[in-house]
Amino acid sequence: MGTKRHFRVWRGDESGGDIQDYDVEVNEGEVVLDIIHRLQATQTPDLACRWNCKAGKCGSCSVEINGKPRLGCMTRMSTFEEDETVTITPLRTFPVIRDLVTDVSFNYEKARETPAFAPPPGVAPGEYRMQQVDVERSQEFRKCIECFLCQNTCHVVRDHEENKEAFSGPRYFIRAAELDMHPLDDRDDRKQYAQANQGLGFCNITKCCTEVCPEHIKITDNAIIPMKERVVDKRYDPLVWLGRKIFRRDELEQEVPTPAGAAAPFSSARRAELPDIREDGKMNVTEITLDTQGGPSPFGDQEFPMPADRLSYHKPEPQD
Amino acid sequence: MSTTARIERHLYDVVVIGAGGAGLRAAIEARLAGKRTAIISKSLFGKAHTVMAEGGAAAAMGNVNSKDNWMVHFRDTMRGGKFLNNFRMAELHAKEAPERIWELETYGALFDRTKDGKISQRNFGGHEYPRLAHVGDRTGLELIRTLQQKIVSLQQEDFAETGSYESRIRVFSETTITELLLDGDRVAGAFGYYRESGEFLLLEAPAVILATGGVGRSYKVTSNSWEYTGDGHALALRAGATLINMEFLQFHPTGMVWPPSVKGILVTESVRGDGGVLRNSEGKRFMFDYVPDVFRKQYADTEEEADRWYTDPDNNRRPPELLPRDEVARAINSEVKAGRGTKAGGVLLDVSTRMPAETIIKRLPSMHHQFKELADVDITKEPMEVGPTCHYVMGGVEVEPDTAAAMGTVQGLFAAGEVSGGMHGSNRLGGNSLSDLLVFGKRAGEHAAAYGETLSKRPKVSTKDLEAAVTTALAPLQRQSGENPYGLQQDLQAVMGDLVGIIRREGELTDALKRIQELKLRVANVGATGGRRYNPGWHLALDLRNMMIVSECTAKAALEREESRGGHTREDFPAMSPQWRLVNLVCSLDDGGDVHLERKPLPTMRDELIQLFDRTELSKYLTEDEMSRFDANAESTEAK
Repeated sequence: MGTKRHFRVWRGDESGGDIQDYDVEVNEGEVVLDIIHRLQATQTPDLACRWNCKAGKCGSCSVEINGKPRLGCMTRMSTFEEDETVTITPLRTFPVIRDLVTDVSFNYEKARETPAFAPPPGVAPGEYRMQQVDVERSQEFRKCIECFLCQNTCHVVRDHEENKEAFSGPRYFIRAAELDMHPLDDRDDRKQYAQANQGLGFCNITKCCTEVCPEHIKITDNAIIPMKERVVDKRYDPLVWLGRKIFRRDELEQEVPTPAGAAAPFSSARRAELPDIREDGKMNVTEITLDTQGGPSPFGDQEFPMPADRLSYHKPEPQD
Repeated sequence: MSTTARIERHLYDVVVIGAGGAGLRAAIEARLAGKRTAIISKSLFGKAHTVMAEGGAAAAMGNVNSKDNWMVHFRDTMRGGKFLNNFRMAELHAKEAPERIWELETYGALFDRTKDGKISQRNFGGHEYPRLAHVGDRTGLELIRTLQQKIVSLQQEDFAETGSYESRIRVFSETTITELLLDGDRVAGAFGYYRESGEFLLLEAPAVILATGGVGRSYKVTSNSWEYTGDGHALALRAGATLINMEFLQFHPTGMVWPPSVKGILVTESVRGDGGVLRNSEGKRFMFDYVPDVFRKQYADTEEEADRWYTDPDNNRRPPELLPRDEVARAINSEVKAGRGTKAGGVLLDVSTRMPAETIIKRLPSMHHQFKELADVDITKEPMEVGPTCHYVMGGVEVEPDTAAAMGTVQGLFAAGEVSGGMHGSNRLGGNSLSDLLVFGKRAGEHAAAYGETLSKRPKVSTKDLEAAVTTALAPLQRQSGENPYGLQQDLQAVMGDLVGIIRREGELTDALKRIQELKLRVANVGATGGRRYNPGWHLALDLRNMMIVSECTAKAALEREESRGGHTREDFPAMSPQWRLVNLVCSLDDGGDVHLERKPLPTMRDELIQLFDRTELSKYLTEDEMSRFDANAESTEAK
């Protein structure tokens, strides 16, 4: 049968708390959520923790395990060493309610601000026609189980409370991308909206969200980057950028004049090479078709995540 | 009184308890009818158990096979339920399911497509034609997300108009309702607590829709989540409504019982079809001992012959592992009860010694992946520990089919989805639950909204009832030294799993009822340590009360029904009885809070519906009286 293993669990509420030590029996084949349940049943009946399906489908049991954002039900105990202490803490980006339960209402507010699907006018229910190949692109993002691990890990808001107002986070970038790629969605301003209202510009593509996604959605490659690149032509055109910097806003309302011989601005917002453009004028959205991982990124040919010292990260100013 | 004066109060036209598919669809309809609507979600918004549904949503759209229509779907549903279904519900369901699915596309749903761009439909057991609209194996998630996003979209419309997202529809997430409050026989409101703060709230509303799902948490091995504690069933009973068909639960013969990380997860039956064998703890391949006489001719009696069947099915008889699922379940059940089960109460299902690892991975990729990822169990190297798993309850609140209004003495109460009964009869077809919750969710929302308009004044909540609800809710916290709720839940799960499980016997059911009475006394004394803020021990202590009542209903009805049909198998009455088909078992609560059971006649199918069936098929289910009436009708129709 099982062996006793050492666990450290954060207990407390919004007024404070600390890590407490527990020795709990662990059996072969168990996951971290099983241990939390055993703690509740045997030692701490009031230990607060969210869970539902226990099969990685509902995204309720998000916590940080040894500092990594994980689903409790999908983290096998066998991934730790026999004598390893397992430390379980609540998601850091959101305010603690109690123990491992955090207030994730930030996400629901952002969801509410993201414009909903706009049904095509004049198409009756039952008359929707779409090709599988076209719905698949959006379907990838609809796999999202809303565990909010991507929101939690994103450094734009992790430890940066001040960015929360202007930044919707990866979960809602993929929502915007999903609607942008929806074959019948009637709005055509999804990416502009993401840029202007969701704070897409804050994202500097460190791919942390993709790394923690339990559904393995390629958040950065397939949603964020394509959206950025489709706004890139206007937003990050070096000349337009310079124009924005040197002209007053009232002058910008007009056609932006092109100053001759302007030097390229900051490097990190620029691609080394343009990605392949398909015949329809769009880019391939999947990295499978590209020769390198992380190929279609403004950093050019790079391995991700990039070492921090090689990042020339300019914190964007709040968008006007 | 000061305890009730501080309770947060809200006024709504319609309160929907439950935020799964049925609840959300009902709320959308109530809001579209212009009603101020509250949605009560026991978990976070969008986490409901509906996400677990994999197969799809059954609707006779005829996209893949144009011969499909509502009549075929109706027939399949009645057949699946062994003709015990409420025929009107099955009829409405079959007729309206396609519209409900198409509607989802206007909310933004993205189903898998056919070549000509329509919604693709897949085959599923019991459905004559490919009928299940699906999105890979995550159809439930698509459904819940789509409805969730539709609600957000309605809130955005309201925001544009009124400046507030919550002016017409509000989601109370992580909120549990513990009591319905009545004014005479009329629903007046719902009382509950916020999990987060432990504070109480009262929602005053003339109409309440129950959409709380099932009861699986009363069972030791279940695929259901913690929320499935039969809340809606119990709320309905306490409010004066009735439950039907509570003896019918859907069990899967081979769900994982160990390790705990995958407990309750279903092991597809094709594992056995592909050569998996069942062994007891002594290593014996025990299925050979359980071949009933009627099957002797088709099933092998030696391991050698059985093994030859996989490669040479023409000259050998089938291995007994491929017996019908109730036979397999009965055999597993007997082995475990005879003490030859594993420690966790299961038997071993082994493919690892039967074929090479590559073959297993090729034939069962998702099984292999699932167990590897969730439990680090490698099915190519070791056997699985399996046993019967509780999956779905067919029984539930007895409703008026067209309006989804609860029967019994209460008015203003509606029910839709798994919490309602009748639609699926004694057994539910795969894919029918997702369409069920859309069809009857919409109807419940529509009729709850309309009901409110018929009232000349709002029913009022009495202070006395409110005080009683507060006292009941706080009681476990005041018994800090009371019994541990987790232990009590385990004891209840053991009683239900061992004695009211997949195979039932009179003696065991009587025993179960006795034990349930003992447990009831212990539950009355359950305690919770800690405070009111997000305290799962306290929440479970409150849920236990509901689980007890519902379990009692199931045990009583199971003891009463002396036949085997669909999700109710009595070892002492193994045959299906046409006489019993005419009977619905109806549970209500008497004044003392005990379950009262009575027999009620099953509604008789309309002539034009019964004539959709073949005479030989009907003769298997119907009594001779019914058959002669059928023949007489058929003749008079022909004469016309």
